[in-house]
Amino acid sequence: MEDKNSLYAQIVSPENLVYRKTPLMTEKPLSFCPGCGHGVAHRVIMEVIEEMGIQAETIGVAPVGCSVLAYEFMNIDMQQASHGRAPAVATGIKRCWPEKFVFTYQGDGDLAAIGTAETIHACNRGENIAIFFVNNGIYGMTGGQMAPTTLPGMRSSTTPYGRDVALMGNPLKITELVAMLPGTYMVARHSVHTPLAVRKFKKAARQAFENQKLNKGVSFIEVVSNCNSGWKMTPNDANKWMEQNMFPFFPPGDIKINGEMVTKTAKAE
Amino acid sequence: MGDKKLMKGNEAFAEAAIRSGCDAYFGYPITPQSEVMEYLAVQQPEKRTGMVLLQAESEVAAINMVYGAAGTGKRVMTSSSSPGISLKQEGVSYLCGSQLPCLILNVMRGGPGLGTIQPSQADYFQATKGGGHGDYRMIVLAPASVQEMADFVKLGFELAFKYRNPVTMLSDGIIGQMMEKVEMFPQQARFTEFDQSWATTGKTADRERNIITSLDLDPARHERHNIMLQAKYQKMRENEVRYEAIQCDDADYIMVAYGSCARICQKSMNLLRAKGIKAGLIRPITLFPFPSEILAEKAPRLNGILTVELSAGQMIEDVRLAVDGKVKVALHNRMGGMVPSPEDVVDAMIKSFSIK
Repeated sequence: MEDKNSLYAQIVSPENLVYRKTPLMTEKPLSFCPGCGHGVAHRVIMEVIEEMGIQAETIGVAPVGCSVLAYEFMNIDMQQASHGRAPAVATGIKRCWPEKFVFTYQGDGDLAAIGTAETIHACNRGENIAIFFVNNGIYGMTGGQMAPTTLPGMRSSTTPYGRDVALMGNPLKITELVAMLPGTYMVARHSVHTPLAVRKFKKAARQAFENQKLNKGVSFIEVVSNCNSGWKMTPNDANKWMEQNMFPFFPPGDIKINGEMVTKTAKAE
Repeated sequence: MGDKKLMKGNEAFAEAAIRSGCDAYFGYPITPQSEVMEYLAVQQPEKRTGMVLLQAESEVAAINMVYGAAGTGKRVMTSSSSPGISLKQEGVSYLCGSQLPCLILNVMRGGPGLGTIQPSQADYFQATKGGGHGDYRMIVLAPASVQEMADFVKLGFELAFKYRNPVTMLSDGIIGQMMEKVEMFPQQARFTEFDQSWATTGKTADRERNIITSLDLDPARHERHNIMLQAKYQKMRENEVRYEAIQCDDADYIMVAYGSCARICQKSMNLLRAKGIKAGLIRPITLFPFPSEILAEKAPRLNGILTVELSAGQMIEDVRLAVDGKVKVALHNRMGGMVPSPEDVVDAMIKSFSIK
């Protein structure tokens, strides 16, 4: 047994803790690849729900892809959706529970490829929900295939020589696209690869849930993240690559605040 | 006490939805069932009972809205017609896999593909054998009148919640579009008192979180889930068989038909009896579970069974399975939106069994 007066015992004693895991994350170890942004994004959203005290009023929707196991880790009521359909599922839940907080947690293949229609129409209807969109520019769970957000020239298992836009089309900036719709109240792009970025994302995530109290429509937050396995890089290299290559195409920042476009970042590139 | 109205089948379904205390309807227009949502829109159910009404961007979105809403434990429904129902199949599979109750109306039209907007019964296999991916079944109710279009809404919701499983009403363009007198049951309260123990209501401190999912990556556990589902479908087979047997006691020949075909066969039966041919009619009301037992029981004493269908012959397979070769089973059918006359059925009966 550890001596109660030892330095270790003092450090881990509850009154001296400066940081703890939110109880809104379950005890189950995260199954994401080491260095992946999903774990941080999960934690931030759960911290917000804990801090707002709305665990008993929140329902999450996570569909297919790496997000599919979110309900294993998030200690809230959740419903799993089929690929791309989370905004429709969330619509059904929110219409039946208009007073509760409803969010979706989706990846790029899910939200910007197979679920484009559901994304655009839920945003256009102004469903009073939050949509969290983790964009790592690749299909992680299925093994690194091209996503709608894969960058020009970027390699994936289905673009082994790099994405040729002449053949495969352009990356889809769906976040800018939904910002144009009158049903979105807040649209922003963040990342979770540095402590500062995490704080900014957390502030936005809190705002996304606060917005639901105002009944103003969709709060849409993209989180540009890495996929070390899909990109075949170490976590550090992946984060550097993300800053150098993803951010120029998917620049972090606010796009729409309180229903008003922030014109600087809203311009089409 | 109900009130009597002259209504289209689709309208009766919609009115019954409001009166049965339905919480939400999500749909997408398609002929020949668009009157369902049109009627609901006129009625403003959000004002009458607080029921949610939403036109989705597609059938795919509509069934997924149903899936989400059903996860909250509420009474939800959708309706569509054949090509639209095909689009909904993935969602139906998820509803079954996640054990969620809901009511689905299919007002069938001719197919395959875009087909025609005329009545058909060619979605029998899809409705009764699964339709979407995976091993699942649903109770399938086959209304044969406008009255049943209304009554089966109430019954359908009861069965959906009894088994926590989707229930399909398999109707067709004739039943959906024709007008008849219907005695409408009185308005019931919205479904506010219900078992929420499994639903997504928000995790409170006194219970574990509720997860609505059909995914289980552990194959051993997932097999147990499938075995449990199959046991549930077996219970439906044991408890929920419904049919109508008309003049079958002395019959030498029996027709088997459901929905609009059963209406036609009732006339054919009278015409056959007028010719001195002892004909009866068995009308399956549930297509799953199928009324196999009554057919098996009758088979040894019959000279022939004629199934009459608006398809290439789909229900006939269940009839043949039921009678197990003990009597000849013949088919009279029309396809692609064509409908037989009662006289056609009489001729088919006489020819099929060489009746002198």
